[in-house]
Amino acid sequence: MTEHLAALQVVIPLLCAPLCMLVRYRDWSWIVALFGSWACLIISWLLLQLVMVDGIISYHMGNWAPPLGIEYRIDKVSAFVLLIVSAIGAVITPYARESVRAEFGVNRVYLFYTAYMLCLCGLLGVTITGDAFNLFVFLEISSLSSYVLIALGKDRRALTAAYQYLVLGTIGATFIVIGIGLLYAETGTLNMADLAKRLADQPLSRTIGAAFGFLVVGISLKLALFPLHLWLPNAYTYAPSVVSAFLAATATKVAVYVLLRFLFSIFNVKLSFGVMPLDSILLVLAVIAMFAASAVAIFQTNLKRMLAYSSVAQIGYMILGISFANVNGLAAGIIHLFNHALMKGGMFLALGCIFYRIASVNINDMAGMGRRMPWTMGAFVVGGLGLIGVPLTVGFISKWYLVLGALERDWWFAAALVLLSSLLAVVYIWRVVEVAYLKPVPEDAPEIEDAPPAMLIPTWILIGASVYYGINTDLTVGVAKQAAQQLLGAG
Amino acid sequence: MDGGTAVAFAIGLPIFGTILILLNDRYPNIREAITITTSICLALIVFGLVPEVTAGGRPGFVLAEIVPGLPIAFKVEPLGMLFAMVASGLWVVTSIYAIGYMRSHHEVQQTRFYACFAIAISSAMGICFAGNMLTLFIFYEVLTISTYPLVTHSETKDAVKAGRTYLGILIGTSIAFLLLAIIWTWFLTGTLDFTPGGILKGKADGPILGLLLFLYMYGIGKAALMPMHRWLPAAMVAPTPVSALLHAVAVVKAGVFTVLKVIVYIFGIDTLAGIGQDDWLMYIAAFTVIAASCVALTKDNLKARLAYSTVSQLSYIILGAALANSLGIIGGGIHIAMHAFGKITLFFCAGAILVASHKTEISEMDGLGKVMPITFIFFFIGSLSVIGLPPLGGSWSKWYLMLSAAEAGQIIFMFVFMLSSLLNIAYLMPLVARGFFAEAKEDKHHHDDGHHGEISFWNGVRFGNIREAPPFCLLAMTITSVGCIMLFFYADKIYQMLAPVAGIQG
Amino acid sequence: MAAVGLYNYWIVVFLMMAGFYIVIAHDNLVKKIVGLNVFQASVFVLYITFGKVQGGTAPIIAEGITTYSNPLPHVLILTAIVVGVATTALGLALVIRINEAYGTIEEDEIHIQDGES
Repeated sequence: MTEHLAALQVVIPLLCAPLCMLVRYRDWSWIVALFGSWACLIISWLLLQLVMVDGIISYHMGNWAPPLGIEYRIDKVSAFVLLIVSAIGAVITPYARESVRAEFGVNRVYLFYTAYMLCLCGLLGVTITGDAFNLFVFLEISSLSSYVLIALGKDRRALTAAYQYLVLGTIGATFIVIGIGLLYAETGTLNMADLAKRLADQPLSRTIGAAFGFLVVGISLKLALFPLHLWLPNAYTYAPSVVSAFLAATATKVAVYVLLRFLFSIFNVKLSFGVMPLDSILLVLAVIAMFAASAVAIFQTNLKRMLAYSSVAQIGYMILGISFANVNGLAAGIIHLFNHALMKGGMFLALGCIFYRIASVNINDMAGMGRRMPWTMGAFVVGGLGLIGVPLTVGFISKWYLVLGALERDWWFAAALVLLSSLLAVVYIWRVVEVAYLKPVPEDAPEIEDAPPAMLIPTWILIGASVYYGINTDLTVGVAKQAAQQLLGAG
Repeated sequence: MDGGTAVAFAIGLPIFGTILILLNDRYPNIREAITITTSICLALIVFGLVPEVTAGGRPGFVLAEIVPGLPIAFKVEPLGMLFAMVASGLWVVTSIYAIGYMRSHHEVQQTRFYACFAIAISSAMGICFAGNMLTLFIFYEVLTISTYPLVTHSETKDAVKAGRTYLGILIGTSIAFLLLAIIWTWFLTGTLDFTPGGILKGKADGPILGLLLFLYMYGIGKAALMPMHRWLPAAMVAPTPVSALLHAVAVVKAGVFTVLKVIVYIFGIDTLAGIGQDDWLMYIAAFTVIAASCVALTKDNLKARLAYSTVSQLSYIILGAALANSLGIIGGGIHIAMHAFGKITLFFCAGAILVASHKTEISEMDGLGKVMPITFIFFFIGSLSVIGLPPLGGSWSKWYLMLSAAEAGQIIFMFVFMLSSLLNIAYLMPLVARGFFAEAKEDKHHHDDGHHGEISFWNGVRFGNIREAPPFCLLAMTITSVGCIMLFFYADKIYQMLAPVAGIQG
Repeated sequence: MAAVGLYNYWIVVFLMMAGFYIVIAHDNLVKKIVGLNVFQASVFVLYITFGKVQGGTAPIIAEGITTYSNPLPHVLILTAIVVGVATTALGLALVIRINEAYGTIEEDEIHIQDGES
């Protein structure tokens, strides 16, 4: 059984998707999705344990030996990202039940779960696969299903947001295909390990350079690197609450993983950062993202949009870590993948709770919310403290390694900028705190209870984890450091 | 109870108290009994540690390892012991005072007030006993965040604005400067443990150390070194017990305490004196001492005047630390205790005046000394201690600081201390003089305090023409005033305790 | 001569740019989808060009034939075409929904309506 875990990781959600479609009775499709997402979590946990003990797992799809057949290849980086994605999925599914019923109506919930399972399958597939073209296919599975998920939003602007994302996402995907095609033309293989071996022996040709460029731009579009982030704010703002939380916590993270995979495993550090001046390009873009997106976030009245811009800024931190190209910086990037998934996922879930009760996430409707929904608002604030990087939250750990990486690289100004930019986070988080806690509840506001436990518990699981992993960093720092060493060692 | 357990209890007890306070939201009497009990237990635990620490013991424990090689660890040393004694001892007094003040002033959200107060004390204990810079930093930030609801307690527009300044400066400086300095230190040395003699010696050359010193000093916004002092006057919108304990004792002293810790245990006074990168710090501190005193002169609002006085007094300690010799460190350490008692007395008086006569401006207080004689006598005692006249505690710390300046050959700073004492007289004494000797102006609000309902003994002591503060307030003020006098006679004990920190064999 | 010999690639570049231009320059949502298709089609041609071996025939084992074209790119492109079709279908479905919601499929008019609401 254990030797097929790698395949099951992708096959289970893939099978759950049509099953959700078929079981339309009440919300039985939710039960199917719940089973699928929890099974994924268990599998990814087992896989991580196996990888930490035995090293790289290689699974040959259909028993066709690589490099000809499709290989699933799990190393520490991918095992960690698999765990992030499936854990977020497993926490969000229980939450989804109430929220989705309220936002779509009972008759249409199966559509949501179908697309949701497909999206999960795509994201896990991207992470697990060891084949470059297969990666593209899974990327498109996840992207197409996420266009659908976003379009399910109640506001009609969700449709235009989904459309915009579709156009830009497809352009990004096509760029990736071009890049993979050029690599294939140069080396004659699509297997990642094989590609890495052959590229290491070859001098830089124009084809490889072009492939590199296409891939980096295409992936940057998918991960919403500034200034290619234009699709993200609208998509997160108008998507259903659950979808915003899920995508914010997983989709961009997986795209960052893909970037890591290409820059470090397929190309190598020498090519990515030596021959190509990618480190300084990424550094500049990341810093601009950190400041510009945070500054824009300050002026948003829609809180989901505020968090969306904050996501763009946080992606900047991850990319900054990658641009340092040393163990601490890279580890910071990987840790922040995990940490940001927890914080942002939790905060979007908290906003979902608010939306569930008052059907608005506008800051003007938040007056006195600290008293009206104390648990929900509490979760939001703790998550916000994490974004700021207050100690005892995960955000602090990310900042710590990020600054360490910057100092190690002798880029002390980058270290200072990381910390300065977190001050912008103070502003946009505290703006909400002031309204929620220090403004009186409006006279005409209806009496509301806090969100139902089925929604509050998942929210607090993520937020609680964001505190727990800020204190106990054995898992995150341990895995991330080893993963970073492995990525750098390959080059 | 062995030392390590006692330390754990000292930090955990206020948290436990917080939970109990929150549970007893609806029963004010039980809630306040819990506060008092917790504070007394805490004080007993902290004072119980004293013999072990003076005997040279360094009890402590490790809580958790956040970053590999960098745990949340606690270790008691004399400087922290002194600060913990001051903070926990004064918490008892402030709790007594707060009951009188909060009730007769009819404050809202009292449960939140007591809960946040207890958390703030817990984090102050964490700062006192921190065994490394990371632990200190964590509790430093918790202290900032837990005091934010206290500053914005009244939830008015002014309070929100003050809260912004408060949080903006304290969080801003700590993240932008202090955290950078800490990570940089870790990067250079691979440790953040507080080590006698410092950890930075020989790890980096002069200019880098100078830059680090800059980052540390401005990163510790709580020390209110100009121009990062704005948060302290802003914080005065808080209820008076908060201003008294937190913004005259716990929070600001946490700032200067951190400064002392950084200079003694991170840089090491020898290293700092050796590299000669700290001249600017002495001059900035001296400037703050004088400038803040001058600003205090211009303030008519009593609490604002006291706040600027605090800014000025804090820089005494920074100056002492920057002089980088044993006497400076000891003088700074003693000043933490002396100023705490003096200033808390003054704030208690300010609060008592507000509760009893609803006055906040000094110009309105003409003749008030005849109505509130006890309060004004206490104010007089507190003022004398802050000015530094014998037989009051404040005289000792100034004495040692002056000696330190002389030893460092910086005669100019002796003049700074003297000039500042004169300024202290100029801004504190007028109130006493007005209170006792000026004729009361006609005041139409004077007799209409019936709007607070039944006048009971617990809301204010009345006797003939005398309309004094509530008895709980008077009791608290008595304790701190007596403390001011007692400290004059026990300063030697503090000196003995701090001697090992400064490298003197006591 | 070499430049002309690689005329396939010139066609790819032309198609790619033309498609990209349509996506960017047109306000009509359906036309954007068309542009996207042209853009993707250029990549299909690119892949197939890689696979072509000079003088090779279809990769079917037969008497007397030794050179074959590489079949793998064709297979890959079959997959990519499927993805492309799915994208187009979804895109068009979205356009229909947008038309229902806004009563128009012109991007500038949609922006005006969103600005008002």
